[in-house]
Amino acid sequence: MTIVYEKSKGLTDTPFHYCPGCTHGVIHKLVAESLVELGVLDDAIGVAPVGCSVLAYNYFNCDMQEAAHGRAPAVATGIKRVHPDKVVFSYQGDGDLASIGTAEIVHAAHRGEKITTIFVNNAIYGMTGGQMAPTTLVGQKTTTSPFGRDEAHCGKPIRMSELLATIDGAKFVERVTVDTPANIRKAKKAIKRSFECQIKGEGFAIVEVLSTCPTNWGFTPLKALDWLRDNMIPYYPLGNFRDFEEGK
Amino acid sequence: MSKILMKGNEAVGAAAIKAGCKYFFGYPITPSSEIPEYISRKLPEAGGVFLQAESEIAAINMVYGAGGAGARVMTASSSPGISLKQEGITYCAGAEIPCVIVNMMRGGPGLGSIQPSQADYYQSTRGGGNGDYRTLCYAPSSIQELVDYIMLAFDKADYYRNPVLIAADGMIGQIMEAVEFKEPEPIELPPKDWATTGTGGKRKPVIVNSLYLQAEELQEHNKNLEKKYKVMEENEVRYEAFGLEDAEVVCVAYGTTSRIVKTAIKQAQAKGIKVGMIRPITLWPYPYDIYKQIGPNAKGILGVEMSLGQLTDDIKIGIAGRLPVYFNGTQGGMVPTPGSILAEIEKIAGGTK
Amino acid sequence: MARGKVTFNDDACKGCELCVAVCPVKIIELNKGKINSKGYSPAQVTDQEKCIACGNCAIMCPDSVITVERL
Repeated sequence: MTIVYEKSKGLTDTPFHYCPGCTHGVIHKLVAESLVELGVLDDAIGVAPVGCSVLAYNYFNCDMQEAAHGRAPAVATGIKRVHPDKVVFSYQGDGDLASIGTAEIVHAAHRGEKITTIFVNNAIYGMTGGQMAPTTLVGQKTTTSPFGRDEAHCGKPIRMSELLATIDGAKFVERVTVDTPANIRKAKKAIKRSFECQIKGEGFAIVEVLSTCPTNWGFTPLKALDWLRDNMIPYYPLGNFRDFEEGK
Repeated sequence: MSKILMKGNEAVGAAAIKAGCKYFFGYPITPSSEIPEYISRKLPEAGGVFLQAESEIAAINMVYGAGGAGARVMTASSSPGISLKQEGITYCAGAEIPCVIVNMMRGGPGLGSIQPSQADYYQSTRGGGNGDYRTLCYAPSSIQELVDYIMLAFDKADYYRNPVLIAADGMIGQIMEAVEFKEPEPIELPPKDWATTGTGGKRKPVIVNSLYLQAEELQEHNKNLEKKYKVMEENEVRYEAFGLEDAEVVCVAYGTTSRIVKTAIKQAQAKGIKVGMIRPITLWPYPYDIYKQIGPNAKGILGVEMSLGQLTDDIKIGIAGRLPVYFNGTQGGMVPTPGSILAEIEKIAGGTK
Repeated sequence: MARGKVTFNDDACKGCELCVAVCPVKIIELNKGKINSKGYSPAQVTDQEKCIACGNCAIMCPDSVITVERL
């Protein structure tokens, strides 16, 4: 009898506080599994954001710091400069990374900071109750865009992976999603490679993961996956934007 | 060790390196830019890392990360830059991360001026960031004190697991004086077993954090912090004071202003007026108790500062209504003159004898 | 075809049904007759014999509720 799948040792026993069907949990698993499989869990230091994943420090089975809203890349920079031989990662949502923390993420990439960022894009502010994010789609209703996001009023959603891929210091940039087992396997491959990028000392690495927010989108978990496929993927194309090995 | 001539801002860097500071994250601003300039040259030689951040906000959050990872770390700036750092300072206070923050104060509010000022007194002593927290705050009045207190600040930060501020006016940063780098007194420091260094598979993970979602837990954290602050109030108050028992007038000033006040006091004494002085060296914790030593001949207290009377509020707390409190200050980057201070002393004393 | 065994950490399940949707042999459903300590009806396997040990349910589960073994 062989184990096909069991809970990762990279996660603590603390149950996730996430809403039913929220794919944050899936992404947490992939990060934890990647750290374990690369043999670096004991050398890992993570940085949790402000947002739905604010309590991520309770879930990863490694040393963690909790950062101010948007500042996780700066905090991770401080840690990495002190411990260049450790594996340092930030885990951030779209409000954290694509709004209040744009300066910090752009400059972590620009310095080629040897950290890994896991960027969870669910097109909404989850923790504060479903307000509009920079990644909210045009027409999408949120509590602060009650008539739907109006492009003329507040612009179109920002594509962070494409933006960051223009920066030389960003050596690995990929957008993935976790809507099916096949896509989860692809996402895991990307997350693992983003850690390899850091371990090899290549430079900054980021994986953007398209994620759901069933509660604030107002769907069941399964309908939320459909909405992600039908609306998010067409606007946020999946794929690799930058790899540290040519031609990959 | 013999004395060497050094500019204040460069002495900040030299003192930090001597104190074992290995990481500096900063962003240039007048009148403190010589600090990152000096450190960018000298820290790599000492085996440390200088990194110019994209903003003061990023710099203080790098300090948070590095301090939380167990390193001796510093940042420096001037007033508007220190305003931007307040977010990070309150997080450091909440997560109990030791670090040293130097403020070479310039005129405000807003962009203000680039000349020396002491208008960040409230910000330095009342916590510029959110929440109930305190930061130990040294206010040096010479380059020698600047060096001594920066070196001490690293030990105190580690000892208390707390941010420590150096509140110096821009004048201290810009002038040159002879300075001696003395060996710091050895102090026993607790191990940094709370720092994120990677578990190495040898211990349970640690979490550096200022979030306590349960009100009861946060209150307990607040009360624990308060206990620490009380110990600091008991043990860390520093001041210089003289002539209080028989003073007719007591002057209170710190930093550059205290030096000008001393000149005015000499001039007043030459005219037969008995003048005492209190010079807070720690702005927090503040030396309130020293006011009890002011004798019965005193007619009033004069606060002199390069701001609109922020220190003077603490004088009022210290004297507790026993004597009238007067204020003589300059703003905007103007520096007080001994003549104006002397005139105020004479007025309070009731004229020359 | 491989055969598998699926076990659920019942009390960790939030009844989101993501596992139900991705099971290729359609042997997972919510146990409406039970409410776990979180207040949800947890997922269960209706016909263990049909399990092919693909692991899809466990991979999809956001709360690491499921362990899959190949027999």
